[in-house]
Amino acid sequence: MKNQTSAGKKVLGFLGSNSVPIMFIIIVAICIPLSGFSPVFLINEIITRMGRNIFLILSLLIPIMAGMGLNFGMTLGAMAGEIALIFVSDWQIWGIPGVVLACIMSIPISVLLGWMCGKILNASKGREMVTSYIISYFTNGLYQLLVLYIMGAIIPIIHNSIKLPRGYGVRQTVGLLTMRQSLDNALAIRVAGVKIPVLTFLIIALMCLLIVWFRRTKLGQDMRAVGQDMEVARDAGINVERTRIISIIISTVLAGFGMIIYLQNMGDMATYSAHSQIGMFCIAALLVGGASVDRASIGNVFLGVVLFHLMFILAPKAGGVITGDEMIGEYFRVFVSYGVITVALVMYETKKRRAKAGMAAQLEAAQREEEQQ
Amino acid sequence: MSNQAPLLELKNIRKDFYGNQVLTDINLTVHEGEVVGLVGENGAGKSTLMKILFGMTEIRETGGYGGDVILEGRKVSFNSPFDALEAGIGMVHQEFSLIPGFTATENILLNREPQKKSVVSEVFGERLNTLDRREMKQRSEAAIEKMGVKIDGEMVIADMPVGHKQFTEIARELSKEQLKLLILDEPTAVLTEQEADALLASIRGMSARGIAVIFITHRLQEILNVCGKVVVMRDGVLVQDVPAAETNVTEITRWMVGRSVNQGAVSHREPPETRTIMAIRKLWVDMPGETVRNVNLDVREGEILGIGGLAGQGKLGIPNGVMGLYPAGGSVEFDGKNIPLNQPRQCLDSQLAFVSEDRRGVGLLLDESLEWNIAFPAMQIHDKFLKPLLGGLIKWRDDRAVGEVTRKYIDDLQIKCTSSRQKAKQLSGGNQQKVCLAKAFALEPKFLFVSEPTRGIDVGAKALVLEALKKFNRESGITIVMISSELEELRQVCDRIAIVSGGRIAGILPASQPSEEFGALMVSSVV
Amino acid sequence: MSDISNNAATTPLERIQSAFRSFGLPRLIIAGMLLVLLIAAPFVGANFWMQITNVLNRFTWNGVLVLAMVPMVHSGCGLNFGLPLGIISGLLGATLSLELGFTGAASFLMAILLSTPFALVLGAGYGWLLNKIKGGEMMIATYVGFSSVSFMCMMWLLLPYHKADMVWGYAGKGLRTTISLEGYYDKILANFLQIRLGDLVIPTGAILFFALLAFLMWAFLHTKTGTAMTAVGSNPVFARAAGINVDKIRLLSVVMSTWLGAIGILVYEQGFGFIQLYMAPFNMALPAVSAILIGGASVNKATITNVVIGTILFQGIVTMTPTVMNNMIHMDISEVLRMVVSNGMILYALTRKTEVTR
Repeated sequence: MKNQTSAGKKVLGFLGSNSVPIMFIIIVAICIPLSGFSPVFLINEIITRMGRNIFLILSLLIPIMAGMGLNFGMTLGAMAGEIALIFVSDWQIWGIPGVVLACIMSIPISVLLGWMCGKILNASKGREMVTSYIISYFTNGLYQLLVLYIMGAIIPIIHNSIKLPRGYGVRQTVGLLTMRQSLDNALAIRVAGVKIPVLTFLIIALMCLLIVWFRRTKLGQDMRAVGQDMEVARDAGINVERTRIISIIISTVLAGFGMIIYLQNMGDMATYSAHSQIGMFCIAALLVGGASVDRASIGNVFLGVVLFHLMFILAPKAGGVITGDEMIGEYFRVFVSYGVITVALVMYETKKRRAKAGMAAQLEAAQREEEQQ
Repeated sequence: MSNQAPLLELKNIRKDFYGNQVLTDINLTVHEGEVVGLVGENGAGKSTLMKILFGMTEIRETGGYGGDVILEGRKVSFNSPFDALEAGIGMVHQEFSLIPGFTATENILLNREPQKKSVVSEVFGERLNTLDRREMKQRSEAAIEKMGVKIDGEMVIADMPVGHKQFTEIARELSKEQLKLLILDEPTAVLTEQEADALLASIRGMSARGIAVIFITHRLQEILNVCGKVVVMRDGVLVQDVPAAETNVTEITRWMVGRSVNQGAVSHREPPETRTIMAIRKLWVDMPGETVRNVNLDVREGEILGIGGLAGQGKLGIPNGVMGLYPAGGSVEFDGKNIPLNQPRQCLDSQLAFVSEDRRGVGLLLDESLEWNIAFPAMQIHDKFLKPLLGGLIKWRDDRAVGEVTRKYIDDLQIKCTSSRQKAKQLSGGNQQKVCLAKAFALEPKFLFVSEPTRGIDVGAKALVLEALKKFNRESGITIVMISSELEELRQVCDRIAIVSGGRIAGILPASQPSEEFGALMVSSVV
Repeated sequence: MSDISNNAATTPLERIQSAFRSFGLPRLIIAGMLLVLLIAAPFVGANFWMQITNVLNRFTWNGVLVLAMVPMVHSGCGLNFGLPLGIISGLLGATLSLELGFTGAASFLMAILLSTPFALVLGAGYGWLLNKIKGGEMMIATYVGFSSVSFMCMMWLLLPYHKADMVWGYAGKGLRTTISLEGYYDKILANFLQIRLGDLVIPTGAILFFALLAFLMWAFLHTKTGTAMTAVGSNPVFARAAGINVDKIRLLSVVMSTWLGAIGILVYEQGFGFIQLYMAPFNMALPAVSAILIGGASVNKATITNVVIGTILFQGIVTMTPTVMNNMIHMDISEVLRMVVSNGMILYALTRKTEVTR
C-alpha cells in the first residue's frame, strides 16, 4: 500500500517537474496529423533547424549555471556576430574561411559587449533578467547607430550591394549567398531523403563536450558556487563579480558564434531585425525542453529545439485547418513562445517563495508530539 | 603543556563603536592544544573579540582596535579573514556558510580544490584546470576522519540534517593543513544530544592533535566537560579566567549575570494582584532563530511584565507571534475575548500595540517623514487624523492634525530632529526608537508589547526610553510586556520577569529576586 | 548613525550640490539636451511655435499612459512593464464602442465605459499573479504583457466584429491593423476649447483631461487608502505590522494602473487619430516607463510632478530631434537616439540600489 502511494507520488512528481515538455509533446502529437506534413519533410525541417539553432541555445547554459538566470542579453552576441558578418561579406571572403573569419572577428566585439553587460548586471543583482532584457534593447540602439550611420560614413564599406544608396549605412538585408550553408554542406550526407549537415553537428557535439568539460574545471565549479550562494562563495575567497562577468562574456561569445552559424544557414541577414527576436526564441526553446531559470542541461537544449520547432512548423498549418486562417497559427506560435517564458518565470518565483514556508507545520507537529508524551 | 610559549596571546584588547566602549582591556592566553570555554551574556563582547581575532573587515571599517594580538610570539594584525586563515586560525560561525547544492566534499574544499593542469589551462590560466575529484575525495575523507564524526562526503548539503551541516563546516576548517586554532561559535545550538556528544569527543580529539579550540556556548555543562579553562566575559570586560576543574555551573552563572553596582535601581514595586488581562495558551511561533513552543503565560492588568533570556532562545518569538507578524498557533485571550492569530489587524483593533525589535525593518518607514511614521497606524486603525469629505465618502488625510500630534510627541519624548517632516532614516538610533514608541503611543493602546527597546541606542536615550515606558504605564495604566536581552534593564523597569530558555518559558520571578536566580533560569534548558 | 549630519546642508553651495545629486546626472543631461534643441530650433529653420505645439500634443497623447505607472510604483510593484494589459482593455473598449455604432463624443465616452470592466477583470487577475511572485514583478510583468498582446492578436482575427470600416475588406471579418477614427473620436479632446495663437495651438481639452486624471490621482494619494498604498511601497513589513492588508492594496494599485493604461491608450488614439491593433501595444510600455524615470521617479517612488516633467522631457526629445537634427546635419538619428536614451534611462534606474533603506 505504502509502496503504491510513493510510486504514485513519484509519477506525479515526474509529471509535475516535466509538465512543460509533456504539454508540448501533446500539442505536437495533435498537430502532426492535422497538418498533413510528410514525415520526411518534418524530419528534414527539424534536422535543419537543429543545426541552425542548437549552438545559439547552448550559449544560454553558462549564465544559468552562474545563477544569473536566462541571459536575455545573448542578443548582444548575436549583434556582434552580425557586425562581423557584415565586414566579412563586404571583404568578399567566401565559404568556410568567411565563416571562420567572422567567428574570429566577432570575439573582440562580443567580449567588449559581454564585459559591459556583466558590469551592469553586477550593479543590479537580484534583477539580472529584467536588466539584461533592457540591455539588449539599449545595445540594439547602439548597434543601429553603428550600422545605420557610422558604417559607410566613418568605417569604410566597399560594396554597393551592402551600402545604402544614400552613401552610408547598411542595407535592410545583407546577402550571404557566398557563405550560404557552407558549413552545412561540407561533409553533408543524405539518409533516406534526409540531409544531415555532419560538420555542423560535429561542431555542436564538440561544443557540448566543451560544456561538459567546462563544468569540471575550477572556473565551472566557482560559477556553480557563485550561482547558488554569492555570499558563501565570497567568504570562501572566490571573486564573485569577476566570475559573473566571465560567465556573461563566455555566453556572449558563444551567442556570437551561434548567430554566425544560424545566419550561414539562412543565407541572408536582415540587418536590423535578425537579432531582435532571437533571444526570445532561444529562451523559449530551452524552457520548452524542461529547463528552468536556475537549472538547465544539454538534454533540455536538444529536447527543446525539437519540440519547440516542431510546434513552430506545425502551428500555422494546423491553425489553418482548425480555424481556416493560417495567420491564427502564426500568432499562436508567438503566443506560445511568450506564454512558455511567462509560465517558467512564474514557476521559478513561486518555487522560491514556497521554499520558505513549511517550517510552521513542522513546529506545530513538534509541539503536538511533545504534548502527547 | 602550559610551560611552553603560548600559541595565542591577547594583550589589552580594546574596542569601541563610535565612542561606545564594547571591549575593555581584554587579556587572554591560549596554549597549543588547549580548549578554552568562552561564556557570557549576549552583548558581553564575545563576538566582537572573536571578530577582532579573525580579522573581520567590519572591525577595520569601524576604526580598528587597541592592544596587541600575538600569535606564536609574533604580533599580528589581520586585514581580512583570509589573513587569519593563512596564519592558522579557523572559525565556524553560527550561520552556515555552505553551498546548498554542493556535496559535503565540495563544500569542505570550497575554493581550495586540488586541481589537474591541462593544455588549455596552460594557455588560458589556471582557473581552467580541471578538478581532481579523486584527490578531493581523499582530502575530505581525511578531514572527516580527523574530526572523528562520520558524515557522508557525497551527500548534498541541502539533503543533510542540520547537525551534519555543522560538522561539514568543522571538517572544512580541519582540512586546512595550517590550522592551529579553531573558534567554534555556539556549534552545539543546532545539534541533537548525541551529535553534541560526538562534537565534544571530536573537540577532545583535536586538542590531542595539538589544535587549540575556543569554544563559545551557552551550555555550561558542555564547557565543564570539555574545556581546560573557562573565560567569562561581562559588559566588555573579562571577569574570570579559571581552570574548568575548579568551578561549577552555578558559579559561572553568577559571574555571567552578576552585577556589583546599581542594585538599588531595581524596581521594588509589588507586582499588582489584578485580574489577568491576557492569557496565552499553548502558543508556538515560527520566527526563524527565535522559535518558541508551548508557551503558557498570564499577564496581569496594569503590570509591566518582562520577558528575558539569551538570544536565539525564543523570547522575541512571543510578541511577534501574538501580534501576527510570524506564523503562530495556539490561543491568546485578551480582555475576555479571543484574539485570532496571524492577523495583525485584529490585534490592533483590540487595542494591542507592538514596538518591534527590528526598528529599521518593521518599525519605521525610513524613506518617509516622522509625521507619517508616527501617525500612520493610528490613521489606518482608528481613522484618526482624517477629514471626512463628501459626507464621509472620502477620508482625506488631515496633514495639519498629523503635524500637530507629531510635534506633541517630539516634545514629550525629546526626539532630536530638524522638523516633523524630516525623514526617519536621518535620525540616530535612539531617536528612531523614540519615534517607534510615539507611533505605539499614538494608537492609545490598552496593552503594549515593547521588544528590545534599548538595543543599539546610547545611554542617555536608553534612560529616556525606559522612563517614558514607566510613565506610560503608571499614568495611563497601560499593561506593558517588555522583551529585552538585558536582565538589569528588565529588573529596573518590570514588576515580574519571565525567562525564556530553549524555546520555552523556564520560569517567572518578581524583579526583586537576585540576578543569579534569573541567570540559572536563562541557562536551564539552553539549546 | 553618521547620516544625521548629511541632512543639514548648511552652505548654499552644498544645498545646490545636493539638489543636483537628487536630480541625477542623466536627467540633467536630458534636460540640457532639450534646452539645446529648443534654442537651436529657430536657427536651423524650424518653426519654434510649431515645435512647441508638437511637444504639447505629444504630451497630451502620452501623459495618461505615463500616469498609469504611478499606482504600481507607489505600492512597490515596480515599474509597470505590463502596461500592454491595460492597453488591451482600452482597445477592446474602443473597438466595441465603434462596433456598437457610437460616433463622435459618445464613442469616446462609451469606449471608456466599455473598457472599464475589461480593465478591472484583467487588472485583478494580473494583480493576483503579481502577489504570488513578489520580488520578481518586473520581469514577469513584461512577459505577461507580451503574452497577452500575442494572445489578442489571435482574438482580433477571431472575434466576431463586423463593422465595415473596421474589418478587412476582402474577408469581411478580422480587424484591420489600423482603424481610422475619423467621424468617431479623432481629436475629440484636443479640439475642445482649442486655442490658436498664430502657429501655437493649445489642445486645451486634452490638457484639461490629463489634469483631471492627474488631480484625481493626487487626491487619491492624499486619502487614507492612498496613504496606505504609499506606505506599502515604502516598507511592506511596516504596513503589515500596522494592520494593512498588503496584498489587497497591491491588487488595488495594479487594477488602477491597468485602468489608467486603458484610458491612456484611448487618449492616445484620439490624438493620433487611429486605433492600432495587433503587435502595436507591444512596445508601448518602455517609452512610458522611461518617461516617468526621466521625470525623476525611481523604482519605488513617483509623484505627479515626475509624470509631468518626464513626459515633457521625453516627448520633447522625441519630437524635436527629428526636425532639428534633420535640418542641421541632414541625418535622422532620432529613432536611434530615442532607443539609447529611453533604455539607458531604465538601465540607470535598475542599477540604482533602492533596497538600501529597507
